[in-house]
Amino acid sequence: MFSTRASSASASLLLKRIPSQLRSPLQLRCFSHLPLTIPIKLPNGLEFDQPTGLFINNKNIPSKEGKTFEVINPSTEEEICHVYEGREEDVDIAAKAAQEAFDNGSWSTIDPLERGKALYRLAELIEKDLDVIASIETLDNGKAISSAKGDVQLVVDYFKASAGLACKLDGRQVNSGSNYFNYTKREPLGVCGQIIPWNFPLLMWAWKIAPALITGNTVVLKTAESTPLSALYTAKYIPEAGIPPGVVNIVSGFGKIVGEAITTHPLIKKVAFTGSTTTGKHIYQNAAASLKKVTLELGGKSPNIVFADANMKTAVQNIILGIYYNSGEVCCAGSRVYVEESVYDDLIKEIKIASEAVKVGDPFDESTFQGAQTSQMQLSKILKYVEIGKNEGATLISGGERLGTKGYFVRPTIFGDVKENMQIVKEEIFGPVVTISKFKTLDDVVKMANDSEYGLAAGIHTTNINNAVKVADRLKAGTVWINTYNDFHSAVPFGGFNASGLGREMSYEALDNYLQVKAVRVKLED
Amino acid sequence: MLSRATSYSASTISKRLVRLYSQLPLKVPITLPNGIKYEQPTGLFINGEFVKSKEGKTVDVIDPSTEKLITPIYEAFQDDVDIAVAAAKKAFHSNWSQLEPEARAKSLFKLADLIEENSELLASIESMDNGKSLTCSRGDVDLVSKYLRSCAGWADKLNGNVINTGKDHFAYTTREPLGVCGQIIPWNFPLLMWSWKIGPALATGNTVVLKPAENTPLSALFASQLCKEAGIPNGVVNIIPGSGRIVGESLCKHPDIKKIAFTGSTRTGSHIMKTAADTIKKVTLELGGKSPNIVFADADLDKAVKDIAFGIFYNSGEVCCAGSRVYVQDSVYEEVLQKFKAYTETLKVGNPFDESNFQGAQTSKQQLSKILDYVKIGTKEGARVITGGERCGKNGYFVKPTIFADVKEDMKIVKEEIFGPIVTVSKFSTVDEVVSMANDSQYGLAAGIHTKDVNKAIDVSNRLNAGTIWINTYNAFHQNVPFGGFGQSGIGREMGAAALDNYTQVKSVRMAITKPKY
Repeated sequence: MFSTRASSASASLLLKRIPSQLRSPLQLRCFSHLPLTIPIKLPNGLEFDQPTGLFINNKNIPSKEGKTFEVINPSTEEEICHVYEGREEDVDIAAKAAQEAFDNGSWSTIDPLERGKALYRLAELIEKDLDVIASIETLDNGKAISSAKGDVQLVVDYFKASAGLACKLDGRQVNSGSNYFNYTKREPLGVCGQIIPWNFPLLMWAWKIAPALITGNTVVLKTAESTPLSALYTAKYIPEAGIPPGVVNIVSGFGKIVGEAITTHPLIKKVAFTGSTTTGKHIYQNAAASLKKVTLELGGKSPNIVFADANMKTAVQNIILGIYYNSGEVCCAGSRVYVEESVYDDLIKEIKIASEAVKVGDPFDESTFQGAQTSQMQLSKILKYVEIGKNEGATLISGGERLGTKGYFVRPTIFGDVKENMQIVKEEIFGPVVTISKFKTLDDVVKMANDSEYGLAAGIHTTNINNAVKVADRLKAGTVWINTYNDFHSAVPFGGFNASGLGREMSYEALDNYLQVKAVRVKLED
Repeated sequence: MLSRATSYSASTISKRLVRLYSQLPLKVPITLPNGIKYEQPTGLFINGEFVKSKEGKTVDVIDPSTEKLITPIYEAFQDDVDIAVAAAKKAFHSNWSQLEPEARAKSLFKLADLIEENSELLASIESMDNGKSLTCSRGDVDLVSKYLRSCAGWADKLNGNVINTGKDHFAYTTREPLGVCGQIIPWNFPLLMWSWKIGPALATGNTVVLKPAENTPLSALFASQLCKEAGIPNGVVNIIPGSGRIVGESLCKHPDIKKIAFTGSTRTGSHIMKTAADTIKKVTLELGGKSPNIVFADADLDKAVKDIAFGIFYNSGEVCCAGSRVYVQDSVYEEVLQKFKAYTETLKVGNPFDESNFQGAQTSKQQLSKILDYVKIGTKEGARVITGGERCGKNGYFVKPTIFADVKEDMKIVKEEIFGPIVTVSKFSTVDEVVSMANDSQYGLAAGIHTKDVNKAIDVSNRLNAGTIWINTYNAFHQNVPFGGFGQSGIGREMGAAALDNYTQVKSVRMAITKPKY
């Protein structure tokens, strides 16, 4: 979902993903005396203590080898701090802690209401500290502080919603006549491995751990190597919320090592991953060897459709929000805009004006809408796609270049006159780059929209109820937004059709990923 | 589940048996051992017609009770898979997936009726092809019609939710079919597995390309023509017999197939999942088992003995959820062992068409050898054969019901799935001990508990790692009760409401609402 790129479990991918300078011995230093918390002063003046260890058994501990890696601020390209790097043996320690916590019954077999209470308490603790947590997110990921606050609010909402689901994990009583008594129960799986991306570090942490925890599972979670800070910081509230040791374990590190160890560990019964489709395939294959259950939230190239009868002002706002929100680093970004022929020229003008009004820059400036891209690699990839688009003959309507020379900022970019087979229309760019295509009929646009290996989300802008519902029915997408876009809600399931993933997150559907049905059939005596 | 195989390795089709028979008619007359005559389709069932495979190659189908040829049938290869998938894709994009769901319900009800009308014939085909006793086959076919009827009833109840997210939005979910589903079924319950696969796929509006097991393709082919008669449109159900290595592999790789459902061995299941991963296909797997069947001292022992016998010898032990590890509480161990031996020796094995036979033939020569190998292994490991332990007669793949006592938990015969009429009987003293012994397995398909104590029944069933628990009964399937495995016994559930989840995907629609100006 919402995600991607990163948090890889694949060797080859990882090497591609991590720029060589970040992987060099110079940067990956042994710092076995790195303190377990470091005081950090944020650009907005807030101060906090950043834990740097792995979070295992409710403790902040150094990794076994004691190696650390550097965390970079993408807005300044400067080092924020180092954190300890987990390796196979740390995953093993975390998995054993999680197994012990699952087996000792302190969490998996208590009254689910108690689990709900702990999660609700966790939500409240996060809410109280919202400003600091959002600021950490902005520091580490580069996203605008307004976006980061939105993320943390959604984290709070989702934990609260999940808390309320604790006592609704019912089975069914199945009637098969009076000689038998049948019922089904929904039981937790055990230790769940979770691998999350860098675009919504804390939100993805919440989307993963909340459904796992509420259903009684325990967790070993790997954060993205470029954005480990918010999850480590927020973990301090886990013991305070009353969640027992070993239930949540966080191992910072690289996909090639930690991700790989999680997907192959014999104690881990399930792997949940958010990231790229390529890495998702690799994880799925790894999981197959020991038949782990898998949920995947992967890439997207989501269409955002504007009919001539739409409210144009709203449509323009939604196109802008659809693609530039979170600097375009959103799996469900509305990166392919389709506009009905009769309003195409007018709309292009409006989008260009709105796009140029988008404020890009210092993410700690409250008025900034778009912050930095999260990494140098991501910046280069986006700029490469701009070149590809130009070479393919698309018209660059706006943006198309880096902003400034320090920090990974990119101008909001629009390509017009695109053809459907162009790379910039087919491939996920994962940045603030949108293509705008023209369509004539409803059938045409449905066909164009569905001509993709992905199927994560889609937008429809119309005031006609028949267009709205019919097109929503026909689009191959797990989420359809009508007259809105990127409009997440903790009660509405999210996830992909086709190569965009397996399973759903949020709402009841998310719980299905973390439960297995046990059917009990009793033969009654006459 | 209920399975074994469709093996990808060591194929039973030797070069000697694969002959070119391009002149083979598309239907051959067959007289069953009980005198029933019928026409057996021999072609692939694609787009509502029986057709020859492109290469025109055929493969022999053997009667495991006599080791004689029943008939050759056409064997599919990769190009046939492509044709079948194209037909299924076309059918998916036609009305089928968008019909009023009542229309799908009507077809499935009709199909259930037709299965019922043909039940004696279908049961007889099954006994001939698989070797299972006629009483077992009749049970299978009965469950087939019941399950299809249950699926028919689900077809128009696949609702989404309306989600309240405040007055400024309107949000709802729908449950949509996936598209073309590839299905690969085993040889132990050929027609039943056919129904467990096509029933939920069709009720939810998907279309299907199904590969029956290479040694038991006859009943599924025969039943396919009933699909047409039931009004299921052409291309919705396609049946392509062939080998796992070729047809199974092609299904798992085909870009137009959105989902693979497989029943068979854990090893093959793992391979299928790995293959499906490359195109992010959804996967459901019903795999192997080594299920514990626990007898507490307070149980009705005579009844428990019948259940443990039924648990292991039913369907000649070729059942994934067979209760192949029996655990008896120490105070009644010797008593149960004696009763179990005595009862087992009353079970008649032989000609599946003889109504008095409980146990028929094993389905293949390969299976027979595997079972006899395990008997040797068990004896070598120091376990004691109480009864059975040998082949029955020289013609046909019959094995005597076999009980091993004095086993240790780390013996191969206790750890590994044998898939035949072989059971081990272990001793335990406490509840904690038996729970730990029962759960010490990579599998988690089913378990049995025999006790009159309600606390023991519920506590032990809560603590066992198994997808299905039978209490004071065993192998007691019901179409409304979900079935599937914990651990390495599988992913997903079949039957009941749970099966429909495997064939639908959720679409969330969230609309922003502007207050209208009037």
